[in-house]
Amino acid sequence: MIYKKNIYLTALTIGALWALTMSIVVSVVLSFVSGFPLKPNILIVISLGGIAGIVVLSSVKSTTILLLMITSSILLNSLTYGPITTGQDISYLLKYFSQALFAISTVFPLTKILSGLSIHDPGRHEIEAAFIRFSSGFGLIFFTMIVLIPFYVMVMTSLKTQQELLLNPLDFSIDLSKGLMLFRSYSELFQDFGFARYLWTSFYVSIVTVLVTLAFSIPGAYAVARLRFRGSSVFSRSILLIYMVPMIVLALPIYILFSLTGLRNTILGLVLIYPVTTIPVALYMLQGYFRGLPYEIEEAGLMDGLSRLAVIWKITLPLALPALASVSLYVFMIAWNEFLLAFMLLDDPLTFTLTRGVASLNSSEVPRQHLMAGAVISTVPILLIFLFLERFMTKGLTAGSVKG
Amino acid sequence: MQKVPPSGLGPLGKREERFAWSMLLPTIFLVSLIIILPLCAIFWISFKPISLADLRPPTVLIKEQLKGPINSAGDAAKIRYRIRNSSQTKPLNDVTISDTIPNSFDIQSIDDRCSFDETNLIYCIIGVLEGGQREVIEAEVLVKDSFFGSEKEYKLSEPSTSSVGDNILTNSELTFENFRKIFDSEEFITVILTTLFYTVFGTVGAVVVGLFAALLLNINFRGKGLVRGLYLFPYVAPVIAVAFSWINLFDPFSGSVNNLLLQMNVLTSPINFFGQRPNALIMVTVFEIWRYFPLSFLFILARMQSIDTEMYEAADMDGASPLQKFWYISLPMLIGIMSILFLLRFIWTFNKFDDIFLLTGGASGTRTLTVNVYEQAFAVSNIGAGAAVAVVIFIFLLIFSLFFFKFFSKEEGL
Repeated sequence: MIYKKNIYLTALTIGALWALTMSIVVSVVLSFVSGFPLKPNILIVISLGGIAGIVVLSSVKSTTILLLMITSSILLNSLTYGPITTGQDISYLLKYFSQALFAISTVFPLTKILSGLSIHDPGRHEIEAAFIRFSSGFGLIFFTMIVLIPFYVMVMTSLKTQQELLLNPLDFSIDLSKGLMLFRSYSELFQDFGFARYLWTSFYVSIVTVLVTLAFSIPGAYAVARLRFRGSSVFSRSILLIYMVPMIVLALPIYILFSLTGLRNTILGLVLIYPVTTIPVALYMLQGYFRGLPYEIEEAGLMDGLSRLAVIWKITLPLALPALASVSLYVFMIAWNEFLLAFMLLDDPLTFTLTRGVASLNSSEVPRQHLMAGAVISTVPILLIFLFLERFMTKGLTAGSVKG
Repeated sequence: MQKVPPSGLGPLGKREERFAWSMLLPTIFLVSLIIILPLCAIFWISFKPISLADLRPPTVLIKEQLKGPINSAGDAAKIRYRIRNSSQTKPLNDVTISDTIPNSFDIQSIDDRCSFDETNLIYCIIGVLEGGQREVIEAEVLVKDSFFGSEKEYKLSEPSTSSVGDNILTNSELTFENFRKIFDSEEFITVILTTLFYTVFGTVGAVVVGLFAALLLNINFRGKGLVRGLYLFPYVAPVIAVAFSWINLFDPFSGSVNNLLLQMNVLTSPINFFGQRPNALIMVTVFEIWRYFPLSFLFILARMQSIDTEMYEAADMDGASPLQKFWYISLPMLIGIMSILFLLRFIWTFNKFDDIFLLTGGASGTRTLTVNVYEQAFAVSNIGAGAAVAVVIFIFLLIFSLFFFKFFSKEEGL
């Protein structure tokens, strides 16, 4: 009997909490999309949610509950007590749409969350499972929102003009009638700020970094993984140690050295220094992978008269291609995103990398939408690569991302 | 005769060893050139009274002029050299000048410090040139006929100079001034505390939030792959892009978050998220968690998916509730990877520079040790003090690594 009471309490609590979550999500999302401030009426939301939770328990069809919910929300709204409070100057469409969206996003997930709960078969496990399902739903929405909002704001701000941004910072709706004028910030960056050059510089600096890193780390990793020599364990340990030296500690003497030798403001200096930051991680990742390859194949190669180098070239490397792809992508990402060294060593716009170029936009003279457009330009290529090659990239991240 | 196995390395073993070292040599060379050498340099510099201006060493500046009315051959004229030390403070030693005067001039007399020969090569020994000191050297000459001939004949050649400056980087002057300065300042304790706050909360936060994200993605649902990719965005995107969009988002005047909260009546006046104590420190820590939770979640998820499902089945048979299964099965299995993550992330967060530098520039109580290196070296232009802070960081780091290796050798599997 005590559990039966708990079941009702669970449904009530989860219903109220879920409705609260969804009301906030709907308000924030619609505010960001439309530019009109919407806010949840917390008392109403909690009571509606609690009632919905109880009703869901009593095996009423979910479409019926939804209809009830929508009508009650809209009715309450016309009495100015709607679950989502809107201003007066807002269109009717948005007014009703927000209430309906709240109702839908509350009822359907709620039926899912409470589906295992039944008054005929009450138990501790079912209650816990319901709470876990609630937390999962909540977590999924929470994480998605916190990850997406900064990127959403970044993209939308880059499509605005200065006046629009000052007028209503909340308004991220896109005026499609402007057509190509939407992308004015981008075209200005490419035409007047030399972003085409920065993009190209970043691209080839990253590629060269990948090639140099591989050229150094493949032999090194092979030696550590396969060959017996005194001091191999000391060597692999010092790789990890070097990996932990903070860049800012090195950046200072490197800055002095480059100032004295004239390597500052040169791409050569940059491609000299980037691989050194990536070789330890590449070595570490590759030697782990080489160790996992069966040695017998290589031995067969050796028996058939191949030299060591030929074995590496004809047997080990082809087998290690997936690992090479992961390492290359990871190194490319590090080089592409690198900011500190580029910032300290490059002053001349002719040698800027993309990140350095974006940093140069951070001044009071450059409008904010340009800065955000620059941020988008630097983000899009790496995210595209990531999306298309996620499998390799994720492997690279897990293997090498002890470094950050 | 008793047979014994060969001791030491055979010829093949030696060959293999030599081959191994030859493969490692390029890497060792490059890494020591760009990591070990600078590390030694930073120790050296930290004992040096050196500022940013010292990176441009003083030189002799020289100007040459032909003076006097020259109308016809045989007129007297003067060739004047004005020399100056480019530095206002640092002296230059052993300053010399040499120049060849064109053949169209006949040298009559010259400054005492100089000599000349028949090829009209003059050579002057000036000696010490104090900071900012100026000198003038004059030679009296007669103009020859050829002066009025071709252009080549009267054009003065570029004089050359030599000098020995006292290079602050290489001289033996050592001082504890830098360390005294950074340890004496009241700010230093604040910097250490800020660093600790940022590091501890940033690391713990990222690992805990990562654990939650991993728990979420351990459930099967449609679009899981997409969500997993999405959650890695903060880590994959360039720090500069996400840092600026955070600043933009949380701007006190035109930021969307403040506007939203104001219009929802949650706030009565805007919050200055990045420009006020203690908000700024909390915000940079939150940013750190936001940016690095993907890493922990990736690691933890990988570990979770390798846990044997039979254990959960056994627990189900025994009637364990979902929370019990998490607490008594999953969590103990994850403690290992989480502590490794914690140690690694601790070191990396401690080393982090870009994030805080971009978000606040170290203002409003967010100056950590790494930001302090930059502040001292470039904002205050005292490279020596910057290096001293870097040495402090390095010592901290050595201590952490000792811990790490002690732990790491026990916990295989990373």
